[in-house]
Amino acid sequence: MVHDWFPNGAAHYLIGGVLIGVAVSFAFAMSGLVTGMSTVFSAAWSYVSDRSFFQQARFTTSRQWRLALAAGLVLGGLLFVATGGSAFQTHVSWWQLAIGGFIAGFGARMSNGCTSGHGICGLASFQLPSLTAVVTFLLTAMIAARIVALIGGT
Amino acid sequence: MSRATLGVALVSGIGFGFGLAYSTMTRPEVVLDFLRWRDFGMLLVLGGAVAVTTPTYQLLPRLLRKPVLADSFGKHHSVMSRQTIGGAALFGIGWGIGGVCPGPAIAGLGAGNWPLLVALGAMLLGAYVQGWIASRRRVAAPDR
Repeated sequence: MVHDWFPNGAAHYLIGGVLIGVAVSFAFAMSGLVTGMSTVFSAAWSYVSDRSFFQQARFTTSRQWRLALAAGLVLGGLLFVATGGSAFQTHVSWWQLAIGGFIAGFGARMSNGCTSGHGICGLASFQLPSLTAVVTFLLTAMIAARIVALIGGT
Repeated sequence: MSRATLGVALVSGIGFGFGLAYSTMTRPEVVLDFLRWRDFGMLLVLGGAVAVTTPTYQLLPRLLRKPVLADSFGKHHSVMSRQTIGGAALFGIGWGIGGVCPGPAIAGLGAGNWPLLVALGAMLLGAYVQGWIASRRRVAAPDR
């Protein structure tokens, strides 16, 4: 049964998740930061676009630490490979990455949260709108992934 | 912005990125396998992260007056609105098409997953278009 649910093992998933939770908790305990990831995109645009949405204080006052967080993500991935983790390059079709990335970027910012913002920070804050968002995006993602497989996607 | 805050964000990001790579969430194939019910490991990633973060978010503000290096604890405030839920529905569609969400797109680059640059660039573009449209709406109805 468990083998059917987790054909590639379960430990690395759980350990990775706990590590993420520790990292999110560290940012909160030390500096009070709530570390959803997708906000970094709008915050980065606040440097180059004077459109009113991007110039909101919630982006302009947090953009420095959000970029530092994003830089840390890259370094964390690097550290994983440097300490013996295997590098991996995806074979998912470029059109899936491009179209999927665009819609995910648009939707996450419209929703003001993604898998980390609503999923981790929102659920841990007992936010009902975030729970609703998580259930919604899990549902639409499962449908989209099946349709993509049907039309010959990776 | 204090240097301490930037340092904390950087260190937190390193742990976050390492965790994402360790859990293999930086591989879109694994995410797509989850969404197609072949491997439910992603639930353990989310569950593990939430299990650690929930007591931190719930208890720390009651135990400490302020964070160690800053004046106040941030709050995740989401609102029940068409934007939140409609945006989440769209986000899910994009996530289901490519198997990539923001954190893994960024962390995956560090782990050498170069093709994710396509997804990351597309996400930035999507975020720009969203902000562009939202800016026009704000002009039409500034109080929203």
